[in-house]
Amino acid sequence: MTMDFQAIDQILDKYGYRHTDIIGILQDAQSIENYLPEDSLHYISEKMEISLTRIFDIVTFYKAFSLMPRGKYIIRVCCGTACHLGGAQQNLDQLNRLLQIKDGETTDDRTFSLETVNCLGACALAPVVAVDEDYHEAVNAGKIGKMLSNYQEEE
Amino acid sequence: MTRITDILGLEALREEILKHRSKDRTILRTCISTGCKAQKSLKVVEALKAAIKEQGLEEKVEIKKTGCHGFCEMGPIMVIEPENIFYRKVKPRDVEEILSTLNGSGGVVERLLWKDPVTKELTTYERELPLYKKQDKNVTYRSGKIDPADIEDYIASGGYSALAKALNSMKPSEVMDAVIASGLRGRGGGGFSTGVKWRICSSAPGDIKYIIANGDEGDPGAFMDRSLMEGDPHSIVEGMVITAYAIGASQGFIYVREEYPIAIEHLSLAIIKAEEYGLLGQDIMGTGFNFKVQINKGAGAFVCGEETSLMISIEGRSGTPRSRPPYPAIEGLWGKPTIINNVETLGNVPIIISKGDDAYAALGTDGSKGTKVFSLVGKVQNTGLIEVEMGTTRREIIFGIGGGIRNGKHFKAVQTGGASGGCMPIAKVDMPVDYDSLREAGAIMGSGGMIVMDETSCMVDVARYFIDFLMFESCGKCVPCREGLKQMHHIFENICEGHGEEGDIETLTGLARFMSTTSLCGLGSTAPNPVLSTIRHFRHEYESHIYDRKCRAGVCKNLFDYLIDSELCNGCGLCRVKCPEKAVAGEKKKPHIIDNSKCIKCGICFNSCKFEAILVK
Amino acid sequence: MKIQIIIDGHMVQVDRETSVLHAARKAGIVIPTLCYHEALKPYGACRLCMVEVVQNKQRRLVTSCNFPVETGVEVFTDTDKVRQVRRNIVKLLLARCPEVPMIQTMARRMGIETSGFKKKELKNCILCGLCVRFCEEVVGAAAIGLSNRGTEREVTTPFKASSNACIGCGSCTYICPAGCIEMVEDTKTPGMRKMNIGSLSLKICPNDYKCEDCDIEQQFIEETKNIITQFRDKFSNSAD
Repeated sequence: MTMDFQAIDQILDKYGYRHTDIIGILQDAQSIENYLPEDSLHYISEKMEISLTRIFDIVTFYKAFSLMPRGKYIIRVCCGTACHLGGAQQNLDQLNRLLQIKDGETTDDRTFSLETVNCLGACALAPVVAVDEDYHEAVNAGKIGKMLSNYQEEE
Repeated sequence: MTRITDILGLEALREEILKHRSKDRTILRTCISTGCKAQKSLKVVEALKAAIKEQGLEEKVEIKKTGCHGFCEMGPIMVIEPENIFYRKVKPRDVEEILSTLNGSGGVVERLLWKDPVTKELTTYERELPLYKKQDKNVTYRSGKIDPADIEDYIASGGYSALAKALNSMKPSEVMDAVIASGLRGRGGGGFSTGVKWRICSSAPGDIKYIIANGDEGDPGAFMDRSLMEGDPHSIVEGMVITAYAIGASQGFIYVREEYPIAIEHLSLAIIKAEEYGLLGQDIMGTGFNFKVQINKGAGAFVCGEETSLMISIEGRSGTPRSRPPYPAIEGLWGKPTIINNVETLGNVPIIISKGDDAYAALGTDGSKGTKVFSLVGKVQNTGLIEVEMGTTRREIIFGIGGGIRNGKHFKAVQTGGASGGCMPIAKVDMPVDYDSLREAGAIMGSGGMIVMDETSCMVDVARYFIDFLMFESCGKCVPCREGLKQMHHIFENICEGHGEEGDIETLTGLARFMSTTSLCGLGSTAPNPVLSTIRHFRHEYESHIYDRKCRAGVCKNLFDYLIDSELCNGCGLCRVKCPEKAVAGEKKKPHIIDNSKCIKCGICFNSCKFEAILVK
Repeated sequence: MKIQIIIDGHMVQVDRETSVLHAARKAGIVIPTLCYHEALKPYGACRLCMVEVVQNKQRRLVTSCNFPVETGVEVFTDTDKVRQVRRNIVKLLLARCPEVPMIQTMARRMGIETSGFKKKELKNCILCGLCVRFCEEVVGAAAIGLSNRGTEREVTTPFKASSNACIGCGSCTYICPAGCIEMVEDTKTPGMRKMNIGSLSLKICPNDYKCEDCDIEQQFIEETKNIITQFRDKFSNSAD
């Protein structure tokens, strides 16, 4: 896949190549392909004259970044306290079972990626499972199959 | 759009706005914040728009998209002004009926009214809902009432008049004096005197000073800041400008966690609008005072809620904290004096300036003035955001406002202070919620998360959950936190899987005490709190896990079995049908049996059984 | 400006903002450290240098490497509490790195036979950060760095790939207290050196080791000349 260097250049221009804005730059760069290809990091390192070491530290420290391609739909199981008490672990287990992938992995057909997230701030709706921008509330293990099929049908 | 070029201009604009507001219109306040949006409130808005157009009601009915009402479980929420009729769980198909009641017949759509789960009584008006009735809405007053995307709505409700008062009639030192006198303490958990921190920063040498609004609310179970940032973003901007004026800062940052996209959107818009109207940026209100604000997004690291880690993140590095001294107020962002205040703290600032510090200080206790916003979640009847006077007891909050424990269960514990906090049992429920009482009891106020647990929560599992969370979020720089959490995690794993040993509780306690005094930052030093408080108040559960190999709450999978009570089971077969492992057997109308060798403890049967016939053994 | 403080009962006069560690050295007291080095900014990660400090009537534990002394401060470097802290740090590191000679020596000296902790690992890096900090702050190459966080934090090159920023100075090998960075002959390519942090090789020389006609070498020499000239100019100007 050829990387969209132009898109990255636009982002660098927007931030004025400022070193202190590197995190914002990387977040915007990630939204191009929904992950950060290794080439893009080399490119940004060169153009901004920031060591690749520092960039690698940042993209592996902050969990918002992904160095691996992600699925069409990103499932985020909220593991905040209220969701945990409400049964988030059961939901995660059920997703493991049905999709045959673990936290941080993507299905072979690249439809779904599974992630856990520490509190989406929708605690009154616990336990919450978000699929992209859709937040599903009061999810229990029994509802997961149907929830997934809604997205699979759209294929 | 009117750019305000002098102090009186704001008042003139407010009068203009109010004059042009039609008094005859019925306003439908519809929440579009995270909780209600998740429950498809945007579709309700679409349906409303279409129906209003179709019925030609544009002159009579107005839709106002608001921020968070704080009662998210009941979303989508719609409040009909002027009587403030409160509708919950509104669906697009309800729209026609709602509009039909607005034609002067004065009816209400009863099925959309809130019903008390115990008494079954209906409540019509917003102000009479148990969740709202006993609150002291201060900082959260506007959220849910105004359109956060409309700066004129904020101005019409009195917004930016505190800034006008500060710039027009108060010296910077007088602003600081007012905040000190108000007794405002940091609402993010630190509890340090806000005004005193400002004074330290203001007197620090150097012309360049910074303000950071901490909107990185990482505590799981807390969403107060999310709600404020989404529902009333201008209150935070106004608070920041007043703070900047007081300490002499010309640049500010709002650090918002990336998991809050709506908050980021609303704050970004608020900044643009405030600049357009001359309330932010260059020459604010024509006074020559300059202050600009930018938003920095978090990138998925809880530790970045810690002051030094937050600053390092803004500087463009991985968020590893550093030692203090030097304190940020003296040497902060890029080495310059920096004030870091939680967004809720900043939201209190305009209130102190407009109402006056003595009015503000009239609420609360001696050591903790004003009000605090809490997220009351977990096993209570009414979950949501509540703002109460400091010093209110937990009993009043959980049983008075929260309505007690749901589903006929019993109170077991309440956890306050997020991952840095402690779990308190029923014996402590009459304790007032204020900074000092909580600290004495081994808990902390923290950011305001208040999670209520019942007998289906395992306290060992709760402690384990927090340790796992903190281990995942630890930056890994210092030995006590990184290695200490690793060892604790291992011990908890053993205990919860049935391999606990004599001495484990002592090792946990020893590690906890060690980490609390030697860790580099607040994450490591407060990580022990959930462990120490659960051992202190629920030791018997630890002992049960270790010596009896039993989890009586039915959470730790290796330490319990599900059993169907043959006397309660009526053979409906629901559990048999739903079981993913086909572990339930039985004939129709006859008691069923679980084959424990196949059971994976997914809990589907337990949660589905309408007769509570499945027991934890 | 000189101020007076007391360390273990000794009165010491030091400049303001001196660290407790340096002030103690002035009094002839040695406080053990792991992640501290004269050439680097204090890091405060190992916590081994923690001592008790009494300031404004409050007594607490602080890291001596980066705690600035103020007038009237009293320092205690050898109390039961301090010794307990040191023991716990060593025990935790022993559980993580049981085969690192330096950790074994420290444990032996403290009379510690086993860590007492059940989660045992076999890592050889103690995450003091000296190698990474030296490479960035002093050498300026930033060839190795830290990645991930928490219990997964580790020293590595980006993507664990061979580095083209590394200049092969060997500073990290020299400074590592655990001896886990080795610089060895690369057996595949004679004349080339390899660093073992896991196994990372330096990038192959682009000019076949012919330094006389190498652009990179020429540029490096030019830059070094410029730096020296600027340095000398600065001093000759300020001497006026």
